[in-house]
Amino acid sequence: MAINWFKYSAPTTFYGLAGKLIPWFAISAAVLCIVGLYIGFVVAPADAQQGEFYRIIFIHVPSSILSMFLYLIMAAYAAMGLIFNTRLSSMMASAIAPTGALFAFISLWTGALWGKPMWGAWWVWDARLTSELILLFLYLGFISLHASIDDPRRADRAAALLAIVGSVNVPIIYFSVQWWNTLHQGSTIKFTGTSMHIAMQQAMFTMLVACWLYAITVTLMRVRSIILERERHTKWITELAEVKA
Amino acid sequence: MSLDIWMRENPLSYIWIGSYAVAFLIFAIEIAMVKHKRKITLQQVRLMREADESEQE
Amino acid sequence: MKKLSLFALLVLVVRRDLVLAMRRRADVLTTLIFFVMVVSLFPLGVGPEMDMLRKMAPGVLWVAALLASMLSLGRLFSADYLDGTLEQMLLAPQSLSVLVLGKMVSHWMVSGLPLVLMTPVLGLQFDMSMQAIAVLILGLLLGTPILSMVGAIGAALTLGLRGGGVLLSLLVLPLCIPVLIFGTGAVEAVTSGLSVSSHLSLMGALLVLALAFTPWVTAQALRISME
Repeated sequence: MAINWFKYSAPTTFYGLAGKLIPWFAISAAVLCIVGLYIGFVVAPADAQQGEFYRIIFIHVPSSILSMFLYLIMAAYAAMGLIFNTRLSSMMASAIAPTGALFAFISLWTGALWGKPMWGAWWVWDARLTSELILLFLYLGFISLHASIDDPRRADRAAALLAIVGSVNVPIIYFSVQWWNTLHQGSTIKFTGTSMHIAMQQAMFTMLVACWLYAITVTLMRVRSIILERERHTKWITELAEVKA
Repeated sequence: MSLDIWMRENPLSYIWIGSYAVAFLIFAIEIAMVKHKRKITLQQVRLMREADESEQE
Repeated sequence: MKKLSLFALLVLVVRRDLVLAMRRRADVLTTLIFFVMVVSLFPLGVGPEMDMLRKMAPGVLWVAALLASMLSLGRLFSADYLDGTLEQMLLAPQSLSVLVLGKMVSHWMVSGLPLVLMTPVLGLQFDMSMQAIAVLILGLLLGTPILSMVGAIGAALTLGLRGGGVLLSLLVLPLCIPVLIFGTGAVEAVTSGLSVSSHLSLMGALLVLALAFTPWVTAQALRISME
């Protein structure tokens, strides 16, 4: 069966499709989150080295992974918007940015809370924590550039260029920070040093999927508002049931 | 210092209050903001539509 | 209007911008004075222990250079934007990337090079060894052009925006972190008796990358901002 994917790349059809999909994503995110937390806190045993504290990783690792992937996805959407001039991709890029920034913040916050009992300090200039902080700065740059340009078209294109430059820079930043850290002999306790129990892996994976679904849900909700706002002068918007009501 | 001791004695409450509660609070705030944004945008669009209609009449 | 050869165009733009900068010498001096002042404030802030200052010196000088170059970036395109020259440049049948490269080069000569020349004096204030100062200068010579070039992207994107200056720093500073790391790393390597070649060659690689891509990206950013 051939599905016409281009049909859904138009804001008109995507708006309705997203509206139908949101509840499903939201419900599965909630269910998987509960399942993941159950496995993580009840089934998985305490870690030999880190005791109970390791259980922070069930939220810390998924949010770190998401913050990085969301940046790349955002940059990819932004690039598509810039190159092919598709309206929806630019809207998606600006809808993803706040969620990505929040995940970066959660990752930093939980990383600090994990660090206090493990390293004895809230903040350690560890390579991954530092890169995550820089990633948060990159998100904030994207969001503030987009917010300070009034003309939405120029805002989309300028922010897209910034996101592309940023994503080219991310590996360079990551490796330079890694190098800087080994140079300065950073922390020695690492997650990878301890072997993971199978239930820990299951819990982490379930939480990762739950976080993905949550991110998709919120992004779709946000993009629907952006579509409404940008396309408010068009006829199809004024004929929507929720607008007429 | 007392926080250190409390943390060692109640690791699970430390994890829940410190990490998970904060993360879920952030999620809840984000959802509330997104919903609020939708409400406001819908209101604006409706107002514009009504203004257009009264112009046509 | 005849199409100039790329090199002739580059020289033309650099000379024009340098002449303009010389007419506004105060701007050039302000950046330099800012750099000297920020660096001199550090001993007042952290205390006069020479051991600590010697250790901090490369970081302090690099961060100050970073901030000083941010300060002057706002002027990179704004004067030409306000008097309409920039619009003419975009319309001209010349390569916009080369035009932009010319502006980057002259920006570096006006705001980067003076800082590099001032560095030995400031290095002595922090009791750095001659060897360390030499490596620091070499690093700054390779690194400050990168700051001008990456900064130009930010300057082009924030052209004509309210609150552009602060926004510009917010966009550009994270992108400049590798330069900072390699620049200070080289000095630390030499003071601890290690080879500096790896740091400096990585910095050189960044410079080549920046030379290859930033003029074109900045040209695209100017097109976005001006349409």
